[in-house]
Amino acid sequence: MLQEIKVLFQKELQLEWRQKYAVHGLLLYLASTIFVCYLSFKAKQESISPITWNVLFWIILLFIAINAIGKSFTQESSQRGIFYYTLVKPESVIYSKILYNSVLMIGISLAGIFMYSWVMGNPVGNMSLYVIALILGSIGFASTLSLVGGIAAQAENTSTLMAVLSFPIIIPLLLFLLKLSKSALDGISLSENWDEIAVLASLDVIVIVLSGILFPYIWKH
Amino acid sequence: METLKKYYWKWAGMLLLVYTMYMGFAGQVPRQAILNETVRNLYFHVTMWFSMIALLGVSVYHSIQYLRKSDPVNDLKSNAYVVTGLVFATLGLLTGSIWAKFTWGDWWTNDPKLNSVAIGMLIYLAYGLVRSSLPDEQQKARISSVYNIFAFIIFMVLIWILPRMTDSLHPGNGGNPGFNSMDLDNRMRMVFYPAILGWMSLGFWYAQLRIRIRKIEVLLEEKEQA
Repeated sequence: MLQEIKVLFQKELQLEWRQKYAVHGLLLYLASTIFVCYLSFKAKQESISPITWNVLFWIILLFIAINAIGKSFTQESSQRGIFYYTLVKPESVIYSKILYNSVLMIGISLAGIFMYSWVMGNPVGNMSLYVIALILGSIGFASTLSLVGGIAAQAENTSTLMAVLSFPIIIPLLLFLLKLSKSALDGISLSENWDEIAVLASLDVIVIVLSGILFPYIWKH
Repeated sequence: METLKKYYWKWAGMLLLVYTMYMGFAGQVPRQAILNETVRNLYFHVTMWFSMIALLGVSVYHSIQYLRKSDPVNDLKSNAYVVTGLVFATLGLLTGSIWAKFTWGDWWTNDPKLNSVAIGMLIYLAYGLVRSSLPDEQQKARISSVYNIFAFIIFMVLIWILPRMTDSLHPGNGGNPGFNSMDLDNRMRMVFYPAILGWMSLGFWYAQLRIRIRKIEVLLEEKEQA
């Protein structure tokens, strides 16, 4: 199974490498959203409160994640889906998707925080804790949205369904992330935030395990 | 006599509810500052959440059974329990809103439990949308079972873990003492626990009626097609 995940993961990377427009599109989306935020908040009012800074960044990341991961099941034709079904275990498919989407989201969130701090300033007190929140958040977004994407891809109005299904279900994760990143913003040390980190990490693990259990049933045509 | 034996839990549940109603409005309750007479709402508000969680839990059980056996009856049951759970959630929000108005001063307060439940209702309304957007019966049953299991676990995280990590006006959260320690004396326990059972049995009865109606509808549809 590890072998299968590895092969599928490489396939995702190669596909992305061949059609670079998808990643370029996401980066452009990120850059333009951040710049619109800069024009509408920072440029007009000179300053932005740290809490707004933090929430705004997470909302940008959430929308990008929904866009990036929502397509991960629809971009492949259903014939190819049947082809995979004959070759590999469904668990391998979802785990490789989660792995690939996590890597993608970690890359995008790190690029995002760089661009965001560049134009909007950076009030974060404890940057390493903030990066931990970003990584845990990226993995959480990737795993939750991969399963929801698999569900939404079954219906016809995929993009509407993707938004409606994923927003409420991702709110708990988002609330924990906002709490942890708020601590990072206030410069509270890593050792005092183990509770939040543990809760976030276990939420990620729960969602990944649950995806592995439930995805085979979605995939059974 | 046979029917009495078969439906004893319905009779018992209704008797418990009559008892709850009588004790709820006419029974003795302890006098507390701020809470005053509103503490009676304990029998009508808190019990709704117990019933809702029980109903949603049973619904998840049927979803799991559906995924294991692919029996359409399980899907039908699972859906009926979710709908009933939502009815109880709505009642819980309404009774809670009245309670909040007279103790905390507002119909809706910015409290993690209230917000969590609102999000939870969005999750389950999305469940309804998934069902209506899939035309194929088997696919609908499979996908909505998967979503139901996923949603239930996220919902449990939302209402059990999150409020405990933030400040809440509700008892037992964010440093507030729970009902058990001071307010809930033995007189109230004698009504509170039967009330939970009574409301739960009403919920399960309601869900069973829905299931029976759905089964008849399915039969009629099949007859029409034949």
